[in-house]
Amino acid sequence: MLDLVYTPFAEYEFMQRALVGIIAIALGGGPIGVFLMLRRMSLTGDAMAHAILPGAAVGYLMAGLSLPAMTVGGLVAGVVVAVAAGLVSRFTALKEDASLAAFYLLSLALGVTLVSLRGSNVDLLHVLFGTVLALDDNTLLLLASISTLTVLALAVLYRPLVLECVDPIFLRSVSRAGTPTHLIFLGLVVMNLVGGFHALGTLLAVGMMMLPAAASRFWTGDITKMMLASVLIGMVSGVSGLLLSFHVELPAGPAIILSAGAVYGFSLLLGREGGLLWLAWPGKHLEA
Amino acid sequence: MSHAPSAIRFDEVTLGYGRRPAVHHLDGEIPAGSLMAVVGPNGAGKSTLLKGIVGTLKPLEGHIRLKHPASGIAYLPQAAEIDRSFPLSVYDLVAMGLWSRSGLFGSIGRQDRTRIEQALAAVGLIGFERRPISTLSGGQMQRALFARLLLQDAPVILLDEPFTAIDAKTTADLLAVVRRWHTESRTVVAVLHDLDMVQRIFPQTLLIAREPVAWGLTHEVLSPENLLRARRMVEAHDPHADVCHRSVA
Repeated sequence: MLDLVYTPFAEYEFMQRALVGIIAIALGGGPIGVFLMLRRMSLTGDAMAHAILPGAAVGYLMAGLSLPAMTVGGLVAGVVVAVAAGLVSRFTALKEDASLAAFYLLSLALGVTLVSLRGSNVDLLHVLFGTVLALDDNTLLLLASISTLTVLALAVLYRPLVLECVDPIFLRSVSRAGTPTHLIFLGLVVMNLVGGFHALGTLLAVGMMMLPAAASRFWTGDITKMMLASVLIGMVSGVSGLLLSFHVELPAGPAIILSAGAVYGFSLLLGREGGLLWLAWPGKHLEA
Repeated sequence: MSHAPSAIRFDEVTLGYGRRPAVHHLDGEIPAGSLMAVVGPNGAGKSTLLKGIVGTLKPLEGHIRLKHPASGIAYLPQAAEIDRSFPLSVYDLVAMGLWSRSGLFGSIGRQDRTRIEQALAAVGLIGFERRPISTLSGGQMQRALFARLLLQDAPVILLDEPFTAIDAKTTADLLAVVRRWHTESRTVVAVLHDLDMVQRIFPQTLLIAREPVAWGLTHEVLSPENLLRARRMVEAHDPHADVCHRSVA
């Protein structure tokens, strides 16, 4: 049993690299996912993940499968869509969800078109689903930097971020930190999505944020514990996904997300905080 | 009005949405230390006026001058837009009132914890510290928000319909807090609908119906003639309203 878990990572370098990469992604994505969820921006994360595609595709058109070009392209596209969608919802009658949907659909179509202009279907698959089993040194460095920066930034922004979720009017009345906090947070989301994009592709990157976060909500009502749980669930899903893909020869990215999905399903059923089982059999009501 | 220095001055202020005025040409001052009620029919511009003072709404014309910086205003909006489902304890919600001192990083020390406990005691929420805000009733939530206002320790306090849908006991408890603020010489401005309460507790009143109708001592302002005028003044939305040419002094 231990052999099944230990040997793949001990003997294969690509598995070690994948492990490091996925741990970094879980570390940054976990808390970001929790905040996305609490801010009711789960679908925003999804939309922005799609929005990264055309930027990465332009980078790809210009420089092939190059890490810096696709990273910069993805960051720029993600930020542009986030800001554009924000402006449209602030200044027109369209709400943020509708305006994001419009932008990300366009981005996805544009991105796939751009990649197909030059690349093969293999390249398209690479962009859409990532290459977690082929992470080179630079990519690992990028992933580690992103998660480090994310954790640090969240530590600094923790109070205004929480306040902006709970009571934005109050935050506005005591501080001007609201708007910058929101923008920096969006920046962190884009960064983590771009990081996740290299490992898991545009379509699944957001999975390592939202599934662990959503699962963690079923275990605790405390934000700090929720973030810890989310990171832990991300890491466990990463490891089990990699092992699954190694032993059963599944594609690694989907295997990781499926593992996270399994944890989510388990939490949904059995989670102590509002899991279905506890809702169905809550026990007899209390005295007070 | 009195000769105390003004906490808030309005210079021909017009506030509104788009080009339509909700508060039209308000001129005057709120002396520091006043306990003032703002009354008027629905749609009279009462909430808009508070938003203007807080600064979330810029005047279409005129100026609002504050003696204190905007951070010296504690504001309780109408039916506060608080995400009640957010996993946050009553204690943490109330502790937010310390923002101006603790800011981004400042730790909450022993003194601050004492003050939080005192604020919770003042609104009768001892024992609720660890309760998630999602479990509070409407009245308990309002108590918690008053505790937060207490901690803000602001010289100017704005309350927008603080007692709407609140039971008598809670209202009485929270009014005691308002009276205490008044004895501490803070400026309190409250939007209210209960004219009996206004007459009992608020020495000053602004009666507004888009245009200011009367402003001054409560018993003079709330005369039957003034109230009748206020009721007449809020007309229906006029799609063909002309551009206002009233000059600004």
